[in-house]
Amino acid sequence: MTNRLQPIFAVAVGLALGLVVTALAGENPLHVLAVLARGAFGTRYGLGLTLAYATPLVFTGLSVAVAFRAGLFNVGAEGQLTMGALAAAAVGAVWPGWGAPGAWLAAGTAAVAAGMAWGAVPGVLRAWRGSHEVINTIMLNFIAAGLANYVTMYVLRNPASQNPETRPVGPGYMLAPWAWFAGAPVGWGLPLAIGVAVAVGWWLERSVTGLELRALGENEPAARAAGINAGRVRVLAFALAGGLAGLVAVPEVLGNTGRFRPAFSAQYGFLGIAVALLGRNRPGGILAAALLFGALQKGATDLDMETDHVTRELALVFQALIILAVAAEGAWEMVFRRRARPC
Amino acid sequence: MMRWILFAVGRFAVGVSLAALAAATAGAAEFRVGLVLDRGGKDDKSFNSSAFLGATEAKTKLGIALKVVEAPDDNAFEPMIRGMAEKRFDLIIGIGFAQQEVIQKVALQFPDRHFAIVDARVAEPNVRSLVFAEHEGAFVVGAIAAWSSPGGKVGFVGGMDVPLIHRFALAYEAGAKHANPRAVVTTSFVGLTSAAWNNPPRAHELAVSQYDSGVEVIFAAAGASGLGVFDAAEEKKKLVIGVDANQDGLKPGRVLTSMLKRVDQAVYASIAEAQAGRFAGGVREFGLANQGVDYSTDQYNAQVLPAALRQRADALKAEILAGRVQVPDYYQRKP
Repeated sequence: MTNRLQPIFAVAVGLALGLVVTALAGENPLHVLAVLARGAFGTRYGLGLTLAYATPLVFTGLSVAVAFRAGLFNVGAEGQLTMGALAAAAVGAVWPGWGAPGAWLAAGTAAVAAGMAWGAVPGVLRAWRGSHEVINTIMLNFIAAGLANYVTMYVLRNPASQNPETRPVGPGYMLAPWAWFAGAPVGWGLPLAIGVAVAVGWWLERSVTGLELRALGENEPAARAAGINAGRVRVLAFALAGGLAGLVAVPEVLGNTGRFRPAFSAQYGFLGIAVALLGRNRPGGILAAALLFGALQKGATDLDMETDHVTRELALVFQALIILAVAAEGAWEMVFRRRARPC
Repeated sequence: MMRWILFAVGRFAVGVSLAALAAATAGAAEFRVGLVLDRGGKDDKSFNSSAFLGATEAKTKLGIALKVVEAPDDNAFEPMIRGMAEKRFDLIIGIGFAQQEVIQKVALQFPDRHFAIVDARVAEPNVRSLVFAEHEGAFVVGAIAAWSSPGGKVGFVGGMDVPLIHRFALAYEAGAKHANPRAVVTTSFVGLTSAAWNNPPRAHELAVSQYDSGVEVIFAAAGASGLGVFDAAEEKKKLVIGVDANQDGLKPGRVLTSMLKRVDQAVYASIAEAQAGRFAGGVREFGLANQGVDYSTDQYNAQVLPAALRQRADALKAEILAGRVQVPDYYQRKP
C-alpha cells in the first residue's frame, strides 16, 4: 500500500462504514449510494452544485495546507474567508458603477488583501510573541464574524431585504454562471480554483520561498541552521493562507449571490481542514478531496428528499467517518506493515 | 497526483453505475407535498412546528405524500426547493421569509409547479403567499402582559433582528402602553443571522437578565430560541408569553398565553385546496378577523389568565376589529 493510495482506502472504509449506518437506519445501502451518486453527478444542475460546493473548499483546503506545510495549524480560514467575502462585497456595493474587468480585479484584490491581512495577524503574533496560532485564529474567527455582522447591519445594509445582507454589488462585478450547468452557480471561480491549486503546488515545490516554508515545517532547527528566518516565513505562510481563504469571495460573492450574507459559508473554513487532511496537503489531493466533499454535500440534500429514514445529517456522518478513517492513518500503517511483513 | 484524481473519479464512476442498477422506479399517483422548513427546525415548538403540524395533519387526513426538509445553511434553500421542483412535487411550501427570493426564482423557472410561502409576498401566478397580521396579535398579548404585571415592567425577546420581528415588538409595546400608559418595555434580540432562530442559551441569558431587572412578563418571539426564555421563566418564577404555536403546555402555570399565528391552518388549507385542484396564487392574509392570529386560552393557562382578563382581551380584540383601536404596523411606518 503506497502512501498515495492510503487516503483512497480511507475514503472507501469511511463510505462503507457510512453505508452500514444507513443499513442500520433501515435503508437499502445500495439505494443510498445510488441517490448520493445520482444527486451529485446525475444531472448538469446536480453536478454544477457539487462543483459549486467544491470550489470554496479548494480555496480553504489550500489555505489550511499551506499553513500545515509550514508547520502551522490554520483554524482561522472561516474568519479569513469572511473578511475576504466582506471586502469584495463592500467594494462592489460602494462603487457599483465600475465595469467588468476592472471591477473583478478590484473586488478580487480586495478579497485577497483582506484575507491576507486577517491571516497575517496570527502569523505576526506567533512569530514575534510566540502566542499559539490555534487560539489566535479561533478568536479571530469570532472577531471577523462580529465585524462582518456589524458592517452588514449598520454600514452596508440592503434596505430591500428582510435578511441581513449587504447591498448588492454592481452588475459589472458579477461573474455569470455557465449556462451548461442549468442554473447552478458554477463559473470562472472553478478554473480559478484549479489554477490557484496548480500555482500553489508549483510555488511550494519549485520556488525558494516555498522550499523555505517546507523546510521550516519539516524541521525547524535545521531550517534555522540553514539561515531561514523562521518568523518571516511564518508570517508569509499565514498571510498566504489568509489570501487563499479570501478567494472564496470569487465563487461565492462575485459568482453567486452578489452580496455578503453573514451566514453564507457552509462551514467552508472548517471543512477545509478536513479537505487538506484528506488531500494530504497536496494541491492535487485537495482538488479530489474537495470534489468528494462537494459531492457528499450535494448528495445529502437528495438523500433527505428521497429516502424515508436518512436525513441530511447522515451525510455529516459520512463525512465524519471518512475523516476518522483518514485520521486513523497510524492504524492503517500498522495493518499494512503487518501484512507486508514476510512470514 | 494525477493518478490520485483519476482514481477518486473512478470510484465515483463505480458508484454511478451501481446507482443505475439499483435505481428503482417508484411509480406514485399520490399528491406530493414538499415542506421546506426554516432554520428553527421542526422541533422549535413554535413557527416551524406549527407548519409541520399542519402538513402532518394533511398527511393523515388527506392522504398526501409529505416530505419535510430542513435547511442546514442559508444557501441550501435553493438546491432543496429546486430539487423538489425537478422531482415533480405537486406543491412546495417554503416556511419563512428567508426563502422569498429562492421561491420567486424557482417559481419562474418552473411555471407549471405550485408553490406557497409563509411570511413573504411573491407576485407570481403559481405562488400563494401566506401572510399574517402579526401586529394585531402582538398588540393583544402586549395588553395582556401589561395587565398581568403589577409593576408595569414587561419584556420582549425577539429572534432575528429583522423587520418581521420588529413588527411584533412595535405592536407589543403599543399594546402594553395601551393597557397601562406607564408600562416600561425592555426589548432584546437574540442575533442578526438566521442562527438566532435556534439559540436557546442566548435567549435564556437575555431573559434572565430581563427578569433580574424587574421585568415580570416576557413575550418570546424567537422560534426555537424561545425555549430558553421558557426555561428562564421557570427558574425565575416569572411569566412568559409564547408565540406562533400554542405553547401554554410547555411550562404550565408559567405561560400567560401564546400569541397564535395559525401557520398550521394556512398550510393545511393550502394543501387541501391544491389537492382538490383548486390551487390559486395570490396573497392570503390571516389576522384577528379570520382567527389566523389570536391569543390562546386552554386548561394550562386558566389560572394565570383568569376569566376577567380574558374578557378584557376579547373586548380589546373587538375594538381593534371595529377600528376603534389603531394597531401600529412596522411595515407601514413612516420612515
